[in-house]
Amino acid sequence: MPVVMAADQVARSITRIAHEVVERHRTLDNLALIGIRTRGVPIARRLAAGLHEITGTTVPTGVLDITLYRDDLMRHAVGPQPVLRKTDIDFSIDNRRILLVDDVLYTGRTIRAALDALIDFGRPGAIELAVLIDRGHRELPIKADYVGKNVPTSLSESVQVRLAEVEGLDEVVIQDATGS
Amino acid sequence: MVDETRVMLIGGHVVDPVNGVNGPADVLIAGGRVTAVGRDLPVESGTTVIEVPPHGVVCPGFIDMHVHLREPGYEHKETLATGLAAAVAGGFTAVACMPTTTPVNDHAAMTRLICGKAADAGLARVYPVGAVTKGRDGEQLAEIGELYAAGCVAISDAGRPVASALLMRRALEYASMFGIPVIDHCEDPSLAGDGVAHEGYHATALGLRGLPAAAEEIVAQRDVALSGLTGAGVHLAHLSTRGAMRAVREAKARGVPVSCEVTPHHLTLTDDRLVGYDTNYKMNPPLREAADLEALLDGVRDGTIDCIATDHAPHHYDEKRAEFDRAPFGVIGLETAVSVCLDRLVHAGHVTLARLVELMSANPARILGVPGGTLGVGVPADITILAPDLVVTVDPSAFRSLARNTPFGGWVLRGGVTATIVGGRAVYVNTAVDGAGAVMNAMSGVREP
Amino acid sequence: MPPAADPVTPDGLAAPVGLRTKDLLSIGDLSVDEIRLILDTAEAMKEVGTRSIKKVPALRGRTVVNLFFEASTRTRTSFEVAQKRLSADTVNIAASGSSVVKGETLADTVRNLEAMAPDIIVVRHQSAGAGHLVAGLCRARVINAGDGMHEHPTQALLDALTIRQRKGRIEGLKVSIIGDLLHSRVFRSNVLLLHALGAEVSVCGPATMMLPDMARFGVRPTTSIDEAVEGADVVMLLRIQLERMGGYFFPSLREYFQLFGMTPERLERAHPDAIIMHPGPMNRGVEIAPEVADGPYSVILEQVANGVAVRMAVLYLLADERQA
Repeated sequence: MPVVMAADQVARSITRIAHEVVERHRTLDNLALIGIRTRGVPIARRLAAGLHEITGTTVPTGVLDITLYRDDLMRHAVGPQPVLRKTDIDFSIDNRRILLVDDVLYTGRTIRAALDALIDFGRPGAIELAVLIDRGHRELPIKADYVGKNVPTSLSESVQVRLAEVEGLDEVVIQDATGS
Repeated sequence: MVDETRVMLIGGHVVDPVNGVNGPADVLIAGGRVTAVGRDLPVESGTTVIEVPPHGVVCPGFIDMHVHLREPGYEHKETLATGLAAAVAGGFTAVACMPTTTPVNDHAAMTRLICGKAADAGLARVYPVGAVTKGRDGEQLAEIGELYAAGCVAISDAGRPVASALLMRRALEYASMFGIPVIDHCEDPSLAGDGVAHEGYHATALGLRGLPAAAEEIVAQRDVALSGLTGAGVHLAHLSTRGAMRAVREAKARGVPVSCEVTPHHLTLTDDRLVGYDTNYKMNPPLREAADLEALLDGVRDGTIDCIATDHAPHHYDEKRAEFDRAPFGVIGLETAVSVCLDRLVHAGHVTLARLVELMSANPARILGVPGGTLGVGVPADITILAPDLVVTVDPSAFRSLARNTPFGGWVLRGGVTATIVGGRAVYVNTAVDGAGAVMNAMSGVREP
Repeated sequence: MPPAADPVTPDGLAAPVGLRTKDLLSIGDLSVDEIRLILDTAEAMKEVGTRSIKKVPALRGRTVVNLFFEASTRTRTSFEVAQKRLSADTVNIAASGSSVVKGETLADTVRNLEAMAPDIIVVRHQSAGAGHLVAGLCRARVINAGDGMHEHPTQALLDALTIRQRKGRIEGLKVSIIGDLLHSRVFRSNVLLLHALGAEVSVCGPATMMLPDMARFGVRPTTSIDEAVEGADVVMLLRIQLERMGGYFFPSLREYFQLFGMTPERLERAHPDAIIMHPGPMNRGVEIAPEVADGPYSVILEQVANGVAVRMAVLYLLADERQA
């Protein structure tokens, strides 16, 4: 089970993305972060902390659950509905620059769902995307603006991001889907 | 033309409690009547000898004293022909049919129509029960004398109680002139209201309006009191509660001329079956609680209960496939009663085979005052041959009845019918019993006396 | 200790969990975990109602039939709003406007509907068990929106959601249910659900409106309203149907209010933070004094708001295609 990123690499990547965000934006006053459940949420919080450390600005951070927007919602051959968790965006997104945050960018379908969901909340000025891992194999024309690490994978592999807030430690590993 | 055909059933076990017979014996039938019963009877020339299939039990013909045959008026539910085909397939050589027809059997012409159609069917004997009141509406006495003269063997407003105590008193007194019993459906209508299921935990949890046990007990007590007052015989139909059992037991001890019956479904099922709202468990009286079922079994064992009757109540599947409270009450029973009773009463050890013959043959004949119920010399040869060990799977799609509303579908039961003989003629032979075909071959041509 | 990791599907999304039942006919169809899942999902659904665009595409292309044989404004509207918020296509069939009045049987009505391939049928009917009959006749999933005196499962679920929001828990709470217990489907669903989640339930009403065999329902019965209210965390009032007086259940509405009406004075015996619930529609001055209905402890309008969220949750969780 090869480790793609250890804890220190995860931390450095998030710090680097924070610096890139600061470089690309003249001001952070109009920026808001929205983490996609589940693991986009702690990454967004860490990113917000990083931005605060660099600039002293507190960037509002929201939580988005995209379950109700999934395009495979009613297409499970077997198995029940995915668990729905709360969306929590306590600020207006109208005319803001929104930075969507997720752990792994893969087919792009999650991001498509997130874009649909965001647009139901209002009319953002712009939407950018930050991910910790880009593993390729896109099925939709979607590209990340900030990437922690590009990890070439085969379709049979799965990328597991583990975060201290969820699993108790930071690491990114590649597993073969056969489970061995 | 006098029928001189002679047939001897040999090798069977004869159970005839009226004559004290319970053992291996041969039965000689001539001219449609029983002419001899005994061991190793001599075989005269010209006699066809039929071997009863192994372990076969030869009984006086079973009589179901409480059935609804629906004709005329409700031929989509059942006709006399289909109902009687069901009766003989269930081992019954005679049935008493309730006046729940349209028009109601409350006048002689209707009684004669029923008798005529029943004779046309040529299967089981039919004893019509006339209405107590005109239109069964509980207001005015029907012309009971004329009903009796036309062939009615009892009177009943079946399905409804005789609500007025005064009217019930008069009916008892009046019917006693003809020596026929009044059969009452024990239910206080004001207390029963629009209930649809036994008032208890299950109906309550399921949100079904209740029929309290007290509604039956009150009328059973009243009828017993009126029978005591008038000295006239009363027969309480399909009792279902421990309270009614107490009332009858106590009255019999005092010498009140009361008799009563119970159905196979009340002896085997309780109200927990209601879960799921299957309307094949909806009947009136409703399925009661385990304590009631136990009291009924006690009554069957100790003689408080005189008869087992099916209350065969056919309904069309469209009528039963409805909301529980809108579906009609009633289940069919003619084709399952013998198997259910053999399995759940005899094999379960509650009663002996001889007691079952009392309950299903001798006592109904005695209460209704009709021939049958014995295999005595000279009586019409109405005989039910049982296969007590035959394994039967209840398959409603194979019923002779037009209806399928049974609560016993899919049950696997030990005990069945080998053949049904009416007036010396085999009117039903069960091809599932090895060797039964011989009965049909030898006896199908025998005419009734 | 960190929370346990969510099971993850190959595309990194939370793995599904769900309901085993095809239909929601009774609270008894649900395990404790399933009840919690519905309540948790409903909590998340509440957020959709706070957005400016109160609509998500989850049930897009699904057809839901609301088959109502009994007058209902609140429940039908609540289901309809829930369906629209999930983008389902909704068809309303009311008994008065359908072929039911022309003598068509329920079985035929359902088979005709089934031929149009609905995904979910929501049924409200006067007869107990009508939902069971409908479910047995069609492939669509069936939600019981009230069947005679039997059950009203989504009402109990929204009541539980309301209690949980206000009290943080249900386990160990003292809940008093007061009124016409005998005829109440709300009571039957609530008693099952509250027991499943560990509440202590006491009931109160006229002796004529108690259930036979009350002990088997696991509730403490009393005909004294003061005793019932004493120390209660939740007081749930049931509607008195005015036509009940015909069945000799009580002599007059006036006497009912005197003996069983909830007044501010009576409520003083309850826990200081007690909440008052009513499934509606209320008879002010019969089972509830107006001062109580409009008082600070009343959560009656929260119940209505939660009704939409609970129904969204149930529709969402039942909408998968496993058994279709």
